[in-house]
Amino acid sequence: MPARPFLLPARSLEAVMPDLVSPVRHLPAAAGVGYKPQHFAHVCEDAGAVEWLEVHAENYMGDGGRPLAQLRHLSERFAISVHGVGLSIGGEAPLDPAHLARLKHLINWLNPASFSEHLAWSTHGGHFYNDLLPLPYTNDTLDRICSHITQLQETVGRRMLLENPSSYLAFAESTLSEPAFLDEIAKRTGCGLLLDVNNVFISATNLGFSPQAYIDAFPLHHVGELHLGGHDEETDGHGAPLLIDSHGREVADPVWALLDYTLAKSGPKPLLIEWDNDVPDWSVLSAEATRAAHALERAPGQVQV
Amino acid sequence: MSVNQSQFTQAMMDAALPVPDGLVDGANRPADRRFNVYRNNVTVSLVEALKVAFPVITNLLGEVNLDGLARLYLQAHPPNTPLMMFYGADFPDFLASMKQLSHLGYLADVARLEQAERRAYHAADASPVAHDALAVLPPVVLMEATLTLAPSVQLVRSPWPIHDIWRFNMEEGAPKPTAAAQDVLITRPAFDPVFHLLPEGGGDWIAALMSGKTFGTAYEAAQATHPEFDLGVNLTLLLQDHAITHVKKKE
Repeated sequence: MPARPFLLPARSLEAVMPDLVSPVRHLPAAAGVGYKPQHFAHVCEDAGAVEWLEVHAENYMGDGGRPLAQLRHLSERFAISVHGVGLSIGGEAPLDPAHLARLKHLINWLNPASFSEHLAWSTHGGHFYNDLLPLPYTNDTLDRICSHITQLQETVGRRMLLENPSSYLAFAESTLSEPAFLDEIAKRTGCGLLLDVNNVFISATNLGFSPQAYIDAFPLHHVGELHLGGHDEETDGHGAPLLIDSHGREVADPVWALLDYTLAKSGPKPLLIEWDNDVPDWSVLSAEATRAAHALERAPGQVQV
Repeated sequence: MSVNQSQFTQAMMDAALPVPDGLVDGANRPADRRFNVYRNNVTVSLVEALKVAFPVITNLLGEVNLDGLARLYLQAHPPNTPLMMFYGADFPDFLASMKQLSHLGYLADVARLEQAERRAYHAADASPVAHDALAVLPPVVLMEATLTLAPSVQLVRSPWPIHDIWRFNMEEGAPKPTAAAQDVLITRPAFDPVFHLLPEGGGDWIAALMSGKTFGTAYEAAQATHPEFDLGVNLTLLLQDHAITHVKKKE
């Protein structure tokens, strides 16, 4: 595909996105959880250590009813992060204008504290595959993704955060490392980054690199949010460990350790527990959030730069 | 050795195809069965989405049969949008087209009822008219008026006892269905859809109202096919369940 023209420099975003200069709402550098409707009463009654909530954008794209009413109610009490899982930013095809319009509508009425999406693709040939699919890291894909992010940020009128994926395999054609790829995207588009520490641990285990070295290489000054979640353990055809990003259990101990390593370098950041499958009782999720809050308390106020 | 997204999705959706060249593990060996993680994620998540959308159909067919049908369906009908709460809109027609299910003639209509419930749940909010909005109109004006029903209101008509089949599968101790044609109205007085088995003629009356017929014409249509049609009962149902949002008088 032909190279796209070089993209908007970050500073010009301020002209089109006044939110960048003085955001009205922020995610606090505290523990949050992925919101599940079955926890509504608990969250409203006693949220424990949880100071903010994240919702999947696509679950709130109906026309009305309980989902939107609950979200409206929660947004009066909590900072809300809108986390998109379906835009297919890494797709070869142009972004779906209908889905862009839905995102714009949601962000306009909700005015969330943060909006994020994934370094991945999920739609091809007009079909949505309901998974976060991988892409090679090359100059071509870099140009394409930057163009999509710029289009998205201009459409929704605010800066977004882009999340690092879980990798089960790599592309032989890749010429850039993932941290370098994400850093370049942030520089070109002015977007921030969402660092999923569990994803780093999964990818490092699956592809045989050092997770600490990945964190060392990651542009932490661009990070606006951290994610933690549980994973499953399988093995590949060679008997090597293959970790699966299942979001269906507690965060594993080595991931908590990698979080401490990250926080020691980054300082406190908004920190989310994701639990999307086999969702537990509120007490279990709340205990994970409490553990996250303790990890944040241990983080240095002064960060290494 | 580049892998484009067409090659990736084709191999992902057809496990008989080889894993595309150029996908590797950390030691640069072919990715091999690591690719199956994506095959598995897509299939499992879409099958699960269909099970969540069609609990009665899942119950009627059993999990194993539903799994098999869902896999066939998702191959032929992958989602067209990322709104998974609406995935499966074509599933009722798909069930109707399956020859091996033709002995279960009611399946497609039961699936349509489950889809209607979803549409009701996610439909736009709307303010109902006052309880006396119709009573205050002179009869001549009322007969020439048209009604707008709430976006959440859904009518599902079937030659099968779909309401009883739904209840038998969803409610403890509900009676066993017996052969009957049933029209079901779904309303959403607050946030939860409510199922109503319509009395004689109710389906004809509400279908006529929904298609924009006047109050009087809809009444005549219902009475023509069902002389015992009880306007009071059906109208009370609509008013009590906040199903009428606008009364438009003839200009």
